[in-house]
Amino acid sequence: MTKSELIEAMARRQIHLAHHDVELGVKEILEYVSQSLATGERIEIRGFGSFSLHFRPPRVGRNPKTGDSVALPGKYVPYFKPGKELRDRVNGIVSSDDGADD
Amino acid sequence: MALTKAELAERLFEQVGLNKREAKEFVDSFFDVMRDALARGEQVKLSGFGNFDLRQKNQRPGRNPKTGEEIPISARRVVTFRPGQKLKVRVEAYAGSGQQ
Repeated sequence: MTKSELIEAMARRQIHLAHHDVELGVKEILEYVSQSLATGERIEIRGFGSFSLHFRPPRVGRNPKTGDSVALPGKYVPYFKPGKELRDRVNGIVSSDDGADD
Repeated sequence: MALTKAELAERLFEQVGLNKREAKEFVDSFFDVMRDALARGEQVKLSGFGNFDLRQKNQRPGRNPKTGEEIPISARRVVTFRPGQKLKVRVEAYAGSGQQ
């Protein structure tokens, strides 16, 4: 499923919304999540999962072409941890009713 | 404080002009649609953000950390997130909060 297919699927569910608004809404959500990560803020979506940053310590890498060693500084990378409901659904476990999830 | 669905809905209310109920439904629907796709075994690719991929894991030996008892971890399908180049670059620039 691509971003445009996601927008199409959402538009079918939100029939009262203009297509343009669905597109805008999806972009806005992704931008807000990206922006939050870029400022080091966690995102927690119940039943889906959480996004956070993981620190990668500095290391000595190599230029694959020349073999020269290069000092690489530490950096942060985005990390996603799937939530319980997503883990279960993906693994073929169907919860009878996720009453606890809302 | 972590960002949650409530703040995402608030942002849609402010930036897209959805009313509060529409905004809440929109955010729920966004994550439901992705979860349904993944549950069907479909990868989700969001350009500029990242891909949610599915990986098949074989059964492997495990241990109950409390009792030390050996129990196999069953074969399963798991979701992994591969951030896109654009998101990686934005996040790399983060200086951290006193770490290092």
